[in-house]
Amino acid sequence: MITAGVDIGAKIVKVVILDNGKVIGRGKALVGFDVGKSASDLFETVLKNASLSRNNVKKVVATGTGRESVHNKPPVNAEEVVSEVVADAVGAFYLVPTVRTVIDVGAEEGRGVKVGEGGKVKDFVINERCAAGAGTFIETMARALEVKVEEMGPLSLKSTQTIPMNAQCCVFAESEVVTLIHSKVSKEDISKAIHDAIASRIGSMVLRVGVEKDVVLIGGPALNPGFLPPLKRELNTDIIVPEYPEYVSALGAAIIAAKDGV
Amino acid sequence: MSKQIKVYPTEPLKCWDEAKTLRKNYYEDYLNAHNKGGIRWAGGAWTFSAIPAGLGNDVYCITGEPYGATIAFYKDFASKCHDATEAAGFPRTLCAYMRNYWGAILLDKFILADGSVIDGYPAPDFIWQDHICCSHGKWYQVVKWLEKKKGKEVPMYCVDVSVGYSLEPSEPIEEYKKDYIIQQLNDGIDWLEKVTGRKYDDKLLCEAVWNEIRATSLWAEICALNQAIPAPLDEKTMYSLYVMGTLMKHKPECVAFYERLKEETKDRVKRGIAAVPYERFRVITDTQPPWGFLKIFREMEKYGVVSLGSLYTFGLIGMWEYKPDGTWVPKPLPPNKPKTREEALRAIVEWTLNKPEWAHFYRPELKTKMMKSIVDQWKADAVLLHYNRGCEGLSVHIAENRLGLLEAGVQVFPFEGNMGDEREFDLAGTLGRLTVFFESMGLKKIVE
Repeated sequence: MITAGVDIGAKIVKVVILDNGKVIGRGKALVGFDVGKSASDLFETVLKNASLSRNNVKKVVATGTGRESVHNKPPVNAEEVVSEVVADAVGAFYLVPTVRTVIDVGAEEGRGVKVGEGGKVKDFVINERCAAGAGTFIETMARALEVKVEEMGPLSLKSTQTIPMNAQCCVFAESEVVTLIHSKVSKEDISKAIHDAIASRIGSMVLRVGVEKDVVLIGGPALNPGFLPPLKRELNTDIIVPEYPEYVSALGAAIIAAKDGV
Repeated sequence: MSKQIKVYPTEPLKCWDEAKTLRKNYYEDYLNAHNKGGIRWAGGAWTFSAIPAGLGNDVYCITGEPYGATIAFYKDFASKCHDATEAAGFPRTLCAYMRNYWGAILLDKFILADGSVIDGYPAPDFIWQDHICCSHGKWYQVVKWLEKKKGKEVPMYCVDVSVGYSLEPSEPIEEYKKDYIIQQLNDGIDWLEKVTGRKYDDKLLCEAVWNEIRATSLWAEICALNQAIPAPLDEKTMYSLYVMGTLMKHKPECVAFYERLKEETKDRVKRGIAAVPYERFRVITDTQPPWGFLKIFREMEKYGVVSLGSLYTFGLIGMWEYKPDGTWVPKPLPPNKPKTREEALRAIVEWTLNKPEWAHFYRPELKTKMMKSIVDQWKADAVLLHYNRGCEGLSVHIAENRLGLLEAGVQVFPFEGNMGDEREFDLAGTLGRLTVFFESMGLKKIVE
């Protein structure tokens, strides 16, 4: 049975096509102003690359902040929508059956999910109000440092000192970075300070639901080599990053579709 | 709609219009008291409101917290109140009700129950307050100061009630603590005679005390009826009903209304009339809701979720006690109606000191225990905890209550907000998280 999961995040849309538990197609694209169109275009591209049409897909489940934009709307026609938290838990459990804690860091939201038997959500926490604990924070700071976002992680690994960043908000944190730049602090050290800060925020948020092994980190920032070390330090635990961490939520949605409902 | 979902019969509450009329008259009576030769006073909803009743039947009050909530419900006026309060130099971290109340005085405007705003804030003739939470300790000092700036001297009397709390019948509050409060009330009656020039009537006091005891016991009995499945009342509706106890708990109108409401609720239980037709998941909440966003409850109903009440809705005014078998039940009336001033003061002090919503000021685990009792006895599936930035008093220790409930195996969903300041509540974000929570509980939306 072929099913699909569509994860429409604040910045990136991801699509996963599943055939009897095996991923046969995946793709991602930026979300434009027309969220539904961005998701639909990507969905059709991924289907085409897999030599499929919508008729070949038995069921589509959408997740993510923009999930309603494709709910029962062509061409995606997602029959079901589920929250990111549920999709995160199912996707992570599929990849790492021993998972008990999922940390999902997206563009504008961070989430901690306590996972029970069978990938069920036992408890969850989502960051409130500010993207200072999410991927956009790193992007904003990269602009302030005038480096590419993908350079931020490697830069931070070259740092030689620890500098605390206290601001709890993206806007004020940017001011703090500008102050550090004017103080002639190196880009490497500022980059590390930024990663430490985001890890601190995500870490303290996840601790609210409790950290139980195995811990799995998913979402785009999981690909950032500068983010994992401070998060491990913050939580004082090993963290598993699965292959294609940014697709785990879409994968979870596709698995839910295969189960014919949540 | 799914075929498996049971649909319960529903019908509107017959008492609804009476509740609206009572509340409308309450604010208008306060406003027009002087036109009828009467007296008006201000104080908190928890104050010993039966005491000023001894001054006569033409004495009208305005209680601060419900007035602050009324303002919060009308967001345009609330916004103006916030602006005025902040412009006067008060920080927005203070109690939101208090800021709304001060804002109305600063604007010199008065809002009525239907949202109409009139010019000229009707200053009270005196302030009669009690102190238990830190905001209450300062609220009316500032009111007095604001009125003085407008040229009116408002005398103020405050009763300190912070003598401790007991949930256990085996560990009652000591007599000397009760005597401490009774003495303050006795002194207060002398003070009331002095500032109003009226002779105090002990018979009116005894009637008012008995009314208050009956009203607050009746409200608890009404809440206990919500243990039924389906629940005959939902919390959004209950907010419009419990409020009578916060406005006029000492008045015969309040007792009569609650007696009728109790009979109607009993009848709904008997006939299986539900508040929410698709009831399949029962929750309780905690602390005041964000008053400007009560539609959250309607959104919850789309998932078949009914909010049965809360320690706040049940116990802010309602009086309860633990039976030896560990069940939490409406507090039975004392054996005798008081006949003298001394009996009346002792009766109302003994009745009031174990108010459920005072417990957490002393020990958070007492509140957790009562919340767990509600979860068990009302057969609730989860607790929605409002981390209410607008009320230090009722939010104090709330994170510890969360942990206590989690340890007891109760599902808890915390959300941040503010009961009276819409700038601190994220409706879309909260609804999104609620959706996640309900999904994680295996619920899906039944109706759009």
